[in-house]
Amino acid sequence: MNLLRHRWLLPMATAVILTALWLGAGMRYDNLLSVRVFSNLLGNNAVIGVAAVGMTFVLLAGGIDLSVGAVVAFTSIFIASQMRGGMGASAVMAAALAIGTVFGALQGLMIQGYRLPAFLVTLGGMFLMRGLAFMVSEESIAITSPLYSALQERGIPLAAGVQLPLTAVLFLGVIALGALVAHGTRFGRNVYALGGSEPSALLMGLPVARVRVAVYALSGFCAALAGAALTVQSGAGNATNSQGLELEAISAAVIGGTLLSGGRGYIVGTLLGVLVAGLIRTVINFAGNVPAAWQSIAVGGLLLAFILLQKLIARRAPV
Amino acid sequence: MAFPTSSPSSVPGALKTLLWPLAALLLLLAFNAVTSDFFLHVEMRDGRLYGTLIDILNQGAKVMILAVGMTLVIATGGVDLSVGSVMAIAGALAAVLAADAHAGLWLILPACLGLAAVLGSVNGWLVSGLKLQPIIATLILMVTGRGAAKLLTGNDISPVRTITFDFPPLRFLGSGHVLGVPFSIVLVALIFGLTVLIFRRTALGLFLEATGNNETAARFAGLPAARVKVLAYAWCGLCAGLAGLVETGNLGACDPEQTGQMMELDAIFAVVAGGTVLTGGRFSLAGSILGALLIQTLTHTLLAHQVRPTVMPVYKAVVILALCLLHSPKFRAQLARLRPRRAAAGI
Amino acid sequence: MTPVLQLNGIVKRFGGFAALRGVDLEVRAGEIHALMGENGAGKSTLIKVMTGVHAPDEGTIRLGGLGISPQSPREAEAAGISTVYQEVNLLPNLSVAENILLGRQPMLGPFIRHGEVKRRARAALQRLGLDIDVTRTLGEFPVAVRQMAAIARALDVRAKVLILDEPTSSLDAKEVDELLTVMRGLRDGGMGIVFVSHFLDQIYSATDRITVLRDGGYIGTWDTASLPRLDLIGQMLGKPVVTVTGETVAEAHHSPPPATGIPLLSLQNLAREKSAGPLNFDIAPGSLTGLAGLLGSGRTESARMLFGIDPATSGKITLAGKPARLRTPREAVRHGLAFCSEDRKAEGLFPDLSVRENIVLALQASRGALRRISRKEQDALAEQFIASLNIKTRGPETPAGLLSGGNQQKVLLARWLALQPKLLILDEPTRGIDIGAKGEIETLLRSLRDKGLAVVFISAELEEVVRLCDQVVVLRDRHQEAVLQGPAISMDAILRVVAAAA
Repeated sequence: MNLLRHRWLLPMATAVILTALWLGAGMRYDNLLSVRVFSNLLGNNAVIGVAAVGMTFVLLAGGIDLSVGAVVAFTSIFIASQMRGGMGASAVMAAALAIGTVFGALQGLMIQGYRLPAFLVTLGGMFLMRGLAFMVSEESIAITSPLYSALQERGIPLAAGVQLPLTAVLFLGVIALGALVAHGTRFGRNVYALGGSEPSALLMGLPVARVRVAVYALSGFCAALAGAALTVQSGAGNATNSQGLELEAISAAVIGGTLLSGGRGYIVGTLLGVLVAGLIRTVINFAGNVPAAWQSIAVGGLLLAFILLQKLIARRAPV
Repeated sequence: MAFPTSSPSSVPGALKTLLWPLAALLLLLAFNAVTSDFFLHVEMRDGRLYGTLIDILNQGAKVMILAVGMTLVIATGGVDLSVGSVMAIAGALAAVLAADAHAGLWLILPACLGLAAVLGSVNGWLVSGLKLQPIIATLILMVTGRGAAKLLTGNDISPVRTITFDFPPLRFLGSGHVLGVPFSIVLVALIFGLTVLIFRRTALGLFLEATGNNETAARFAGLPAARVKVLAYAWCGLCAGLAGLVETGNLGACDPEQTGQMMELDAIFAVVAGGTVLTGGRFSLAGSILGALLIQTLTHTLLAHQVRPTVMPVYKAVVILALCLLHSPKFRAQLARLRPRRAAAGI
Repeated sequence: MTPVLQLNGIVKRFGGFAALRGVDLEVRAGEIHALMGENGAGKSTLIKVMTGVHAPDEGTIRLGGLGISPQSPREAEAAGISTVYQEVNLLPNLSVAENILLGRQPMLGPFIRHGEVKRRARAALQRLGLDIDVTRTLGEFPVAVRQMAAIARALDVRAKVLILDEPTSSLDAKEVDELLTVMRGLRDGGMGIVFVSHFLDQIYSATDRITVLRDGGYIGTWDTASLPRLDLIGQMLGKPVVTVTGETVAEAHHSPPPATGIPLLSLQNLAREKSAGPLNFDIAPGSLTGLAGLLGSGRTESARMLFGIDPATSGKITLAGKPARLRTPREAVRHGLAFCSEDRKAEGLFPDLSVRENIVLALQASRGALRRISRKEQDALAEQFIASLNIKTRGPETPAGLLSGGNQQKVLLARWLALQPKLLILDEPTRGIDIGAKGEIETLLRSLRDKGLAVVFISAELEEVVRLCDQVVVLRDRHQEAVLQGPAISMDAILRVVAAAA
């Protein structure tokens, strides 16, 4: 079989890049190839990763969601302010997740019901949520809760003195669950069908409208979950959080092999994509004298490279 | 107005397009005039015009300049999300050239605008040559552009640095006056006139509209559809570069993190409000200018009513989403269905 | 035999226009029922009514004696009416197995039983005599296999009625035979099949009864065996077979083949891999060349190759004695070629632009953007063509999208005539337009030819080709089979070539 036509080509390419990057940088910087760095990599990228899973579903369905960064920020400040106001942690979390989901569903309804371009609706949604976040509070709000301190300390021990933080566990859990939903449920397959061809999906009698709305709702839910994870990770909520996170999430999905035209890709690929981008950041940190700005340029370059690779595959694939 | 903004043929059509944004703008101005005594007051002080209306024009200059370029891109059926980043790059380059290299305006202007136009044409090439979706193609520059701007201004000590400069000619771009009129407004008039000249006095505008309306048909009719698209994105990049210079000149400094932040939605908003449809085809440059004024007046109105700048996006988002709904045929049909029911109830 | 599907008095209006005006259709269990009609007769609207895409404004649908009113393809499918469309509407990005079972996969709790999906898909395809790896992506397979997957999908829902909408148009002869065999097998199993096809041979070899529609009206239903072909065509066209311009086929006369002089265009082995050619023929100035052949014989592909849309990969083009390369439409236009696509809406018209702008665009493009045609000149051009081609429009500033199909076609012709091309390629210019406009376009083509323009003309209506052309290039399976000239052109001659190997 032609390699270029192989279904797993893009994720495999990402895996190769990830391994090469890791080994290459590991030879240069001593401590990079350690369990601790790996554990931190997962933990530090959990927020992006959780949001990226929702984004992957949206992209698979042939859409785009530019609002996720703002939803993360809103959720974080909402949780922090409500907890300061005396609400219980679990009630606040549930409310935050519900808000994110409903908000996503509303975006989906506008896109599906009124045939508006997804980028425009979600760009509007991004402004709305960012503004609402500032409405809740202009300043950062610290969270002081015994539950939070417990959550922050907990983790799965990996090696002596190293434990996998709970946010990282959440990240891996969301990836696993996402992969299961995408591959193993009717909803998941319908998402691929919608991204493959909407007219065909309609004629095959699939519930296209419901699937599209659900996909944006799912993305809203994941973004809210990411926002909750962010509060645990940072111990605070801030309206300025996660600017441009949507772009990182899209980049992660694309680098992980999700086709921007929809219909092809894997949730596990998104995990790889998140790790590649995160590793680049880690390596830049290790290098010390390289400006941090190179991170966004490197990710942008990888994004471009993978989009070009996708084009190449699309051209070779039979119509 | 000095130039006709739509091909003179469709004058009634063009007027109809302009009617809505104009009505909305007038309504908003009237509201302000009623609620604020000083709103309509314009006076000459030290040879310069002062007044709220002048402020709106002056502060709206950036959006107006961006909207001119964005109109062309949207006419092709595309969109440019990278204008904010291009503003930051052009602003950063100008600040570095002025502060560190002590270059003159003769170098700064062509260098910054040239770079911005090149970046725009790269966008155009990704869209027309590689057939990437416009959102995605310009997203790449949106991601990398700000990083590049930081690299331009950063140094070993502070990787993200705000560069301040004391170079009057550059400052003049953003805060100077000509015959009492803020120079940024003169720049708007210049770029608007130049764009009308290039796209409406030639057949380029028609080519843009044809390409946006039906790209395949355009190619089959022998139009240079790909080149026309690249030109639109390049011009949009150039406009973004100019807007970046205006902002940098106005502040006398460039913060690569903040320059042009969130400006892309304002520009898209202005174009959509001005009557150019997002799916491409017919465009109205004058409409986009009106749209930009509309959004600036809205911003001013909200500020005047004690809305915090950080919360401003909420209102903008509500207005733009409402506007999008009004563009949706289905929503209009639903509205239309409501009307006769009401009429029937009236009888 | 009992009717399994019964439609009575179906009326469907779009705005003021009645696409169906009281149509009846009765499909029996265990029959293949042909649905016939010209383009615009209402076949596709009727199919959409049966499959729940459109709700009828009047009339009843009864399935197995019970009234139904499907609101969506899903409901129709659940009731027992499945459809396989012309352009296979499946998902090339998913596996064959998923395509067959999507939306009704066997489940275990919330999860799909992937093994069971594969097993059932394999079984469904085996019933159709197809043994392939169902886990491979559908997009990797040729159209014929995708077609079978679509039928397998319909079988899996235990459809009582299967609608096949032009399933054979992109299949080769062997694949068509296989499909017809499958259809007969399903009929013998008691299924009612509605079959839409342009190919009379297939209709007569496979179907039991024929229902004819014309202009949205119900004409009648006949046993296939008792309806001679000529009568069927008569019912579809609504009159004896005479030409639209009034002359009969026999009267059509052809100018003698151009004797001397350099041909305007000469093709030597011009071909595009896996698409068209090799083509070998000359075109003289002031002549009409027809490309004839069945659907899928490579007519459109040849035209697109000539105009540089899908440029040739081998062979030579000589234009007025000089070698030329036509790699893009722009180059072709520069060499004096013009092309009206068969797909007016997608590839020709600018619906939002005015009639005037639609007309001047190609001329403007050839002059370049900087030399803008003055408004005065534009108005003059528009008025000239609106008058000379009798374009019915409220005015030159009306958006072209608001015109009727025939008038849109005339606008496109005007666009190219404004360029004063040397060679005009027309792909089905008379399709989907009313008979009056058809006649006008034929007359126009003749007068253009007489003025020295060379025309390449593609039409699915063979009579039209015979009537008009001085030279006919007959294509089969994307190959040039014969070039007929002058008196040698006749329906018989063309049909003999087309049918030779089939």
